[in-house]
Amino acid sequence: MADPVATRDVRVSPHGTAVTPGARVVQVQKSLMTHNDGVAAANRAAFKGCLVLNIVSSPGSGKTALLERSVRELAGDLRVAVVVGDLETDNDAVRIHAAGAPSVQIVTGTVCHLEAEMVARAVDQLDLAGLDVLVIENVGNLVCPASWDLGEDLRVTLLSTTEGEDKPLKYPRIFKDADAVVINKVDIAEAVGFERERALDAVAKVSPGTPVFELSARTGEGMDAWLAFVRERLAAKRG
Amino acid sequence: MHEFGLVISMIDLAEEAARKEGADVIEAIHVEIGALSGVVPEALEFAFGGARAGTMAATARLEVTYLPAIAYCATCQSEFELDNRFGIAMCPTCDTPSADLRQGREMHVSHLEVA
Repeated sequence: MADPVATRDVRVSPHGTAVTPGARVVQVQKSLMTHNDGVAAANRAAFKGCLVLNIVSSPGSGKTALLERSVRELAGDLRVAVVVGDLETDNDAVRIHAAGAPSVQIVTGTVCHLEAEMVARAVDQLDLAGLDVLVIENVGNLVCPASWDLGEDLRVTLLSTTEGEDKPLKYPRIFKDADAVVINKVDIAEAVGFERERALDAVAKVSPGTPVFELSARTGEGMDAWLAFVRERLAAKRG
Repeated sequence: MHEFGLVISMIDLAEEAARKEGADVIEAIHVEIGALSGVVPEALEFAFGGARAGTMAATARLEVTYLPAIAYCATCQSEFELDNRFGIAMCPTCDTPSADLRQGREMHVSHLEVA
């Protein structure tokens, strides 16, 4: 048999990291996320027909406010629970509980993101089988949470009008991987000089085709389209 | 700053693979880090310096291969390398943004040198 055609995929090692001549090489080819991804897959299986959202944003862009209003408006016919991650305090879990949903606070201490195992332990405290929607509110951070799969169905990246239109350009990964983008605080957009077209253009360039929901969790403006999207994805998951 | 946790996973994966091969010492760990992985190679090296003591990789080198982000353009049916620092995958041929990222999220242990 003739020798196969020699190929070299330049992507494998564009800068080349040489192996010491004569060294014994062991192939590994495993992700540093192997452990987390395994737990995330187990979470996904355990969630069954419950729609799971992972909400990520920078601190102060209104994740909790969005969840408070979403919980209130969905609670009429859906069973919703929330898992909230913060470095310290259970303030957010208290707010969501007051809005009418069972909530579990994960206090991460100094950890800048949630990991699948933290979520697995937190949902042990919930009756998963009795839920329609589980929302995981990640730690406020636009960098680290992007790398950790928690077992969610949808990753929702939230941006507020006070943050600047170029956030998607500055933190591309977390917008690129989003299944939906929410632009919050549209009620004060004018006062803070928010340039809507520039923000939408930035999202469209970084994450083309991703649905964008412009709303105000405070006034309720734009909430209907967002909630319809959640209901539609729940129905789609349950086939 | 979660590189320390990643380095612990990296050493665990390396030790497991090295033991399976009956090796005693890990001389080098080769990793591939994608441009959009969120991992900073320098921070990884710093964390490795602190985490390797007492492991099979106590004296090992850490070799990092940085993988550029590559996207696929459905219109042109070809792959292209992202050439801007904002992570926008804009096809250089037809100027259409792509949502199909083919490379750039990696954080892999590719291979080891052992003895």
